[in-house]
Amino acid sequence: MLERIQILICGGTGCLSSHSKEIRNEFEKVLTEMNLREEAGLIMTGCFGLCEKGPVVIVYPDEIFYSHVRIDDVREIVEEHILKGRPVNRLIVTDPVDKQKVKNFSELKFYSKQKRIALRNCGNINPLDINEYIAKDGYLALGKVLTTMSPKETIDEMKKSGLRGRGGGGFPTGLKWEFASKSVDSQKYVICNADEGDPGAFMDRAVLEGDPHSVIEAMEICGYAIGSNQGYVYCRAEYPLAVERLNHAIAQAKELGLLGKNIFNSGFDFDLEIRLGAGAFVCGEETALMASIEGNRGMPRLKPPFPAVKGLWGHPTNVNNVETFANVPVIYLKGADWFKSIGTEKSSGTKVFALGGKIANTGLLEVPMGTTLREVIYDIGGGIPNKRKFKAVQTGGPSGGCITEESLDTPIDFDNLVALGSMMGSGGMIVMDEDNCMVDVARFYLEFTVDESCGKCTPCREGTRRMLDILNKICAGEGTMEHLDILEYLGNMIKDTSLCGLGQTAPNPVLSTLKHFRKEYEQHVIDKVCPAGVCPNLTNYVILDKCIGCTKCAKNCPVNAITGSVKQKHSIDLTKCIRCGACKKACPVNAISSKPEDWSREKNV
Amino acid sequence: MKTLEDLKQLRDQAKKTMEMRYHKDGIRIQIGMATCGIAAGARPVMNKFLEEIAARNLSDVIVTQVGCMGECAFEPIVEIVEKDGTKTVYAKVSERMVAEIVEEHIVMGKRLDRYMLGTIKR
Repeated sequence: MLERIQILICGGTGCLSSHSKEIRNEFEKVLTEMNLREEAGLIMTGCFGLCEKGPVVIVYPDEIFYSHVRIDDVREIVEEHILKGRPVNRLIVTDPVDKQKVKNFSELKFYSKQKRIALRNCGNINPLDINEYIAKDGYLALGKVLTTMSPKETIDEMKKSGLRGRGGGGFPTGLKWEFASKSVDSQKYVICNADEGDPGAFMDRAVLEGDPHSVIEAMEICGYAIGSNQGYVYCRAEYPLAVERLNHAIAQAKELGLLGKNIFNSGFDFDLEIRLGAGAFVCGEETALMASIEGNRGMPRLKPPFPAVKGLWGHPTNVNNVETFANVPVIYLKGADWFKSIGTEKSSGTKVFALGGKIANTGLLEVPMGTTLREVIYDIGGGIPNKRKFKAVQTGGPSGGCITEESLDTPIDFDNLVALGSMMGSGGMIVMDEDNCMVDVARFYLEFTVDESCGKCTPCREGTRRMLDILNKICAGEGTMEHLDILEYLGNMIKDTSLCGLGQTAPNPVLSTLKHFRKEYEQHVIDKVCPAGVCPNLTNYVILDKCIGCTKCAKNCPVNAITGSVKQKHSIDLTKCIRCGACKKACPVNAISSKPEDWSREKNV
Repeated sequence: MKTLEDLKQLRDQAKKTMEMRYHKDGIRIQIGMATCGIAAGARPVMNKFLEEIAARNLSDVIVTQVGCMGECAFEPIVEIVEKDGTKTVYAKVSERMVAEIVEEHIVMGKRLDRYMLGTIKR
């Protein structure tokens, strides 16, 4: 029987961790019980992007978007919506911007400003069913390339499209393919870099989980273009679901003859295997990645020779990132000119960002290059929650830097972000508000790179460690002005002398916060205060006159440092206080402050 | 699969099950499925619509259920919304009428005056 209704349940990692699998099973159970199973389709998809609202359930053809669905809600949805056609108002998503219930999910502001190319199928198709991918013109680009284009034409089309590597470097993909195709060897390799390691970035995971076939198809096209018949997807073992779905997709493609020998009768063979990484951040660097596939310790080596000349097992190799590959089939379907028309002159197409931190709509979004940061953060992201003030946005993860309020209207593209002292990176975007201490943020990222440094070259191994020591001192209140100069000196030296991209970019978070928030560093060093109230040694809490005496703070204090009677202003005993901030979170009227101007004033009184 | 044609064939076939997720401008058949509609037998009517549409291989037609329109005495009520927004309301639809409505109205584009709300008598 033809399905009259389709229920799409998000099966991305975010929603799965809040029980979307169980929700699916419950739907299955209730629908069967009510004899509706045949007429209602039940589909587990990839990530919808609006992870903040998960678990997400979308009901077609009405396009009703249910958010925060719990297992107990399933019966009501089936009884009311599926059976009687009355959407359950209580569960319909509210737009975080204007707090209105959104009837039709394409009206959500989160989606209306987006343009989805790499994520075109994520949340739309069932990633476990190759037919759904084929229904969306899947493998048509491969068929077109194999039957009507020569490898050279394939590369020329890619060059014309202006696609640049989405993994961080922004190197033109067409050029990369051309280099690999010009190397003469009987064996060449195509590698998909799915070793996504930036804290807070998960776009590659979403593509692999939601649309694995697009990556497979693109790798085949690339293989044909450069003359390779063996591909590897290097994926981190921490992405079990992505690995599972990719394996499933590879098996399905092989079954249909879309992967394997003599594809589309063109004489072109291609085989694809997955290699699991152990989650070392440095293995995202292509030479370290190849070393890891070869079974060696994942450490980078000097370039040149570039992988296109001497790569995996000494053979020419082309390495592209997941998101880059996800763009490829569409380029051949709709043409390079179409792709070129999107975005800016030097950065064509779109970019996926993983928006996180102090933002209303945490999630994945894809916008044309040239969209401003302000549009991304305020229009799509829904702005900063809890009436806090925007402070900075960190792009490019541990390799990038901070961008401040005055640069928010800069159109996003590869070159503009570099000019601002940050970088595109893989697309992590962490928003920070006035409660974030920039010294602490820099310390967090540096801690990450210190942990992840492979130790091969001295500047990165020793230098980043020394920088972290200094930052720890500053956060503990033991910093001096000289330390700031050393940080800058060391940072620039590490950038200049490190072997690979990890070391060359590791000092960026420190250098860019030093540049934009030097005053905050100086406050830590000279005044010995942390204005955001994050660094425990440099923070004091004080209760302001606004206090209504509700006693909530006293009840929440873990060390009983707050005293006061009901309806009277409370006070904090700073000798007992451990600066955990629990009272500040508990206060209903914002009467507890860690702002230095507040507590120094109190002190003087 | 060996040719591009094979792939296209598979695509067109697969598209059918996904039609409702992508075709927004097709004809919508809305069936009143509140308590009144269900009690009057809207469910078998809806199933019949689904069968007829599948049998005729119609692609841009969506069958969906809606709540009560207020004319409970005339249930099962079926409203057909065309691409240009024209609405036709059929009342007291029985399984027997479905094939006729699909054939005449959906395929040929001819409204069936005799089944429309207003002409139908209590």
